[in-house]
Amino acid sequence: MTFTSIIWKELRERPTAMITSVLSILLGVTALVAIRNVSVFSEQEVAGKLDTLGANVLVLPKGVTLQDYYAADMHEETIPEQHVAELALAGLTGVEGLSPKLCVPIKLQEKSATLTGILPQADLQTMAAWQGGRLFKKHVGCKAKINVANAQDDAPEALARRRTIQELHDHEAVIGADIAGTLGLNTGDAVDMLGETFTVIATLEPTGTIDDTRVFAHLHTVQRLAGAGEVVNVIEVMGCCEDVANGLVDQLGTMLPDTRIVTIANVVETQVSINRMMTRLSYLFLAILIAVGGASMASAMYANVMERRREIGTLMALGATRRFVTRLFLVKAGLLGLAGGLGGYLLGSGLALVLGPNFAGVAVQPIPSLALIAAGTAVLVSFAASYFPARRAAGLDPCLCFQEV
Amino acid sequence: MLRLEQVSKVYRKRGEEIAALQTTNLEIADGDFVAIIGPSGSGKTTLLSTLGGMLAPTTGKMWIDDQSVYDLPVADRARLRQEKIGFVFQTFNLVPYLTARENVSIPMYLAGMTPAAQRERATELLESVGLAERMEHKPSELSTGQQQRVALARTLANNPDLILADEPTGNLDPASRQMVLSYFEKFNQTGKTIVMVTHDIAAARTAKRMLNLSEGVLEGIPHEPVLKSA
Repeated sequence: MTFTSIIWKELRERPTAMITSVLSILLGVTALVAIRNVSVFSEQEVAGKLDTLGANVLVLPKGVTLQDYYAADMHEETIPEQHVAELALAGLTGVEGLSPKLCVPIKLQEKSATLTGILPQADLQTMAAWQGGRLFKKHVGCKAKINVANAQDDAPEALARRRTIQELHDHEAVIGADIAGTLGLNTGDAVDMLGETFTVIATLEPTGTIDDTRVFAHLHTVQRLAGAGEVVNVIEVMGCCEDVANGLVDQLGTMLPDTRIVTIANVVETQVSINRMMTRLSYLFLAILIAVGGASMASAMYANVMERRREIGTLMALGATRRFVTRLFLVKAGLLGLAGGLGGYLLGSGLALVLGPNFAGVAVQPIPSLALIAAGTAVLVSFAASYFPARRAAGLDPCLCFQEV
Repeated sequence: MLRLEQVSKVYRKRGEEIAALQTTNLEIADGDFVAIIGPSGSGKTTLLSTLGGMLAPTTGKMWIDDQSVYDLPVADRARLRQEKIGFVFQTFNLVPYLTARENVSIPMYLAGMTPAAQRERATELLESVGLAERMEHKPSELSTGQQQRVALARTLANNPDLILADEPTGNLDPASRQMVLSYFEKFNQTGKTIVMVTHDIAAARTAKRMLNLSEGVLEGIPHEPVLKSA
């Protein structure tokens, strides 16, 4: 006979009330863990976007609204390509690159894809040279990492990461990871698009964004083949740092009044507010866990004490101290809380794996540290809820052993 | 030696005082077997609770050997019960979710005995009351007579000097009743002091001394003990 064997055997004897109280704690912890798990990964994604794209500014047609930065060009409204030249020759400080894009839906070997026209940086540099000017002014004192292609790092494979390409000729194409994988395309292959043949000069690494389903070609080729004229869907302006990006918003707004200027911070604003709401919701669930789980545990423990009065009296008659009786109930509560907490962590993590990608658009993974928080919270709630019932049990009159109760 | 010195117990309920036990002096020598009889409400349970160190008297002192029991802190009184007192209850008071062996182990566990030693001693005690085949049975799987034998084995677990029995034959059939009384006689022969509260006059006659408790007043009844084993 050991202390834990008494507790386990008693739990097995009267499982119903205890299962109910564990369930209430388990459900509270499940909701808490699921929400916290999704919100942590959502916050990480926002932080990642801000980190990699925080210095970028999008120039969009006036009427376009935007939820996904990577899909900024996936709409039918256009702005004149002339704006690219205006920006290139405006001598903007701290701009490292411009990437105009035009999107056209196509069928590629019977598969749906998006043909995206982009303008290589070499063309912009040529344009600036023709005009006898220098492309952009250096941001004095900027220590940020340069975000665009340059002579030393101009491989086409860098497009997905750098958002621009240094060189791209008329009938060359760069293929997104999903399309390349699905169609089995490799560098050097030929593909037919909109009636003309292109040579694949690179396939991109997976990015987890819509870019994986794109085929990139020269902007002017896409404009010609699509008959769209000299227009683009978006101009992505790469700043060297966030300070520059914030300053650019006003400058660009003044320069291009018929456009909408959006920063990455604007794009993720909705996600940030959802994250904030989810964080508040997790606090609400914590409160519910404490209130409902605690009340349920306290009620079950009080009932358990009442039900076991005679047994407690007998144990006391046989020599059990008040401390022993208190411990008997508190350890039991701790075990129930631990079961509810760990069970809730497992369920909540499982729920987050489903909810994250399907409802919040973020891939999530279980967060081991949440297990500690979940178990700790559940155990604390159980202890707190069982403290008074345990004290009541310890204060019972041992003479109850002589009575029919 | 068990001694009550000017002990009384008064309950106060809704401003009214009820004397459950009038001022009482009592000495029970080591190895004595005392039966206390009396009608319901006469104060028998109050007296037994007081003797068990579980109900402090309103006045007076109770001594076990040279120790004034109610001058001890509550935790020390619990330890005193572990070491020196064994209880037998009318309804056995076995813990329903524990097996016979585990029920017998409770006092040993509370006294800090190792699980292996508990097991060995519980097995030995259950064998001595004829329950070798019922050790892993729960109380609900045992007859009332078997349950009382488990309770008797539990009483002896820590080898107490004093056994306090509350109506030990009250819920038993005649055969089981006789068997319990035989065990008491046997325990008494091994030097244990027994105080038995009972309604059962025939059972009381097996004791060495009989006391009558009526309206809180305890007085001796002269008699010759009837030996059950005879």
